[in-house]
Amino acid sequence: MSTITDSAATSARMARSSLLGDIKAVWTRETLTILRDPFSLIFSLIQPLVFLGLFAPLLAGVADDGLGFGSTLQFFLPGVVVMITMFGTSMTGANLQFEIMTGAFERILATPLARQALLIGRALKELTPLVVQALIITLVAVPFGFDLYPAHIVLGLLILGVFGVGVGALSYALAIATRKNEWAFWAVQQSLLFPLLILSGMMLPLETGPDWMQALSKVNPLTYIVDAERVLFSGTFDDSAVVYGIVAALVTCAVGLWVGVRTVTKSIL
Amino acid sequence: MIHTQQLTRTFESGKETVEAVRGIDLDVAEGELVAFLGPNGAGKSTTLRMLTSLLPPTSGTATVAGIDVTADPAGVRSRIGYIGQKDGAGHNYRVWDELLMQGRFYGLDKQRATERADELLGTLDLEGMKMRKVSTLSGGQKRRLDIALGLIHEPALLFLDEPSTGMDPQNRANLWDHILRLREEFGTTIVLTTHYLEEADTMAERVVVIDHGRIIADDTAEALKAEQAGDRITVTVSADDLPTTREVVGQAGTEVEEVPADGCAAISFRVDAGPVALPRVLHALGDKGVAVNAATLKQPTLDDVFLNLTGRSLREGAEA
Ligand SMILES: Nc1ncnc2c1ncn2[C@@H]1O[C@H](COP(=O)(O)OP(=O)(O)OP(=O)(O)O)[C@@H](O)[C@H]1O
Ligand SMILES: [Mg+2]
Repeated sequence: MSTITDSAATSARMARSSLLGDIKAVWTRETLTILRDPFSLIFSLIQPLVFLGLFAPLLAGVADDGLGFGSTLQFFLPGVVVMITMFGTSMTGANLQFEIMTGAFERILATPLARQALLIGRALKELTPLVVQALIITLVAVPFGFDLYPAHIVLGLLILGVFGVGVGALSYALAIATRKNEWAFWAVQQSLLFPLLILSGMMLPLETGPDWMQALSKVNPLTYIVDAERVLFSGTFDDSAVVYGIVAALVTCAVGLWVGVRTVTKSIL
Repeated sequence: MIHTQQLTRTFESGKETVEAVRGIDLDVAEGELVAFLGPNGAGKSTTLRMLTSLLPPTSGTATVAGIDVTADPAGVRSRIGYIGQKDGAGHNYRVWDELLMQGRFYGLDKQRATERADELLGTLDLEGMKMRKVSTLSGGQKRRLDIALGLIHEPALLFLDEPSTGMDPQNRANLWDHILRLREEFGTTIVLTTHYLEEADTMAERVVVIDHGRIIADDTAEALKAEQAGDRITVTVSADDLPTTREVVGQAGTEVEEVPADGCAAISFRVDAGPVALPRVLHALGDKGVAVNAATLKQPTLDDVFLNLTGRSLREGAEA
């Protein structure tokens, strides 16, 4: 009797530690594509800077309420960080779709790797350069009057990371569901991405928008992420927005992984 | 090693229902080398994908390496190797990275994975391609890399879906050397599919012929050819000698056919052991004063077996 319990406990422990190992293995494989191709990394780092450099001056002009450029950045920069996360993780299904088409994903499905690890490892890979991007644009913004709160930014990036894994997993599920026609993936991804971004108040504040927009923004998980990031980037932990952000990230991650793993195991590639 | 009972798989595509595999009963013992032979769409890949747990069966059961594929797919996956029909290696990755990562996916430590990767690059003639991006490899080089990926963890049971497609004769021979060595040295059980009739004929000791999702024959290539087709001798004689020839041939063989031409006739007939029968028949004809103008012996191929079983040639299907 006791031996059975023992071995059950051991195998459970092994399963848990191997899930982490599997995630790390998948992440390593994916990250190699970045390491082996530094040009794409450099390009992806420059992109958000260009965006920030072109957009912020315009915004400063519009929002010239006497608070100065620094406060514009304080509002705008967390939005940009969330946006690059959304772009990066929601597009990641396209990579998977390519690997489904060529057959590489089938080879990986035939290995003993845990199904969740296939999704989590891949999504974490998309987040890796995003973290670097976020740090760089934040540092670049400092000389222009952006106040830096490192501990808050770390928590902010953690929330984004959890959220990003969820979005990534949903993107993979979409990629698998639309594997027969590539354009369908992009059609769905684009038509969801922009409404979600706009309705989160990421670019422009929604307070001035009509009621229906404000109502929609309340059911958009991204709204809570953006709010949490703004509060954190401006150096506050003690705000309910942070809690809502954490909850929104965890819920998105759980739902995303559930849908994603189900799709991987149920679908016929 | 493998035991299936009425393994079946149907696909719904649109309104159509495709019965890809219709009740396969198969037993493969440890150490066997089995080739699935059949035309496009016969259900070979679908069967392999069910056996490798990649595809749940619609009905029926399969036990692979002692484990039920539906009850414990992960358990099956950790005990087998699988080389699919499509490209296994990721196009955007480096050859060496893919090999090492594949080793890691199977739980090899870094040192072991490096050793194995080096060995396999050698045996599969891929040295010097370590840092190449997979998308820059030629078709045959890619295929060899796929094979290397499937072998990295030295599985006791190996499934290969058309392993040699796209390889030149030299590399195909190398691949077969390697596969046969795996069997000899490690007793690896191997199940593969192929379109190459000669390959199934000379390399596999057991040929499973699949058509329309069913096993229609299952035996050694020798036995299949002997049972289903047999050796045929054709002798050409002048019209005058025809009656005597008929008599001799009637005693020596069966399934006699005559093709008359002007002034002479070709008579063909089936015998059991062609190389032994041919000189005897010629001798007997000579003794009776028949002058034989020409004699040919045709030994059957697996294509003749397939033709005999289905009325269709595998070659036409295979070239599609
Ligand atoms: N995912 C799928 N959805 C719908 N039909 C499928 C699917 N996979 C296979 N089929 C159908 O099942 C049948 C058997 O296909 P399978 O790939 O097993 O053939 P095969 O013997 O491997 O052929 P080939 O020699 O061309 O590789 C075919 O009619 C094919 O169209
Ligand atoms: Mg096939």
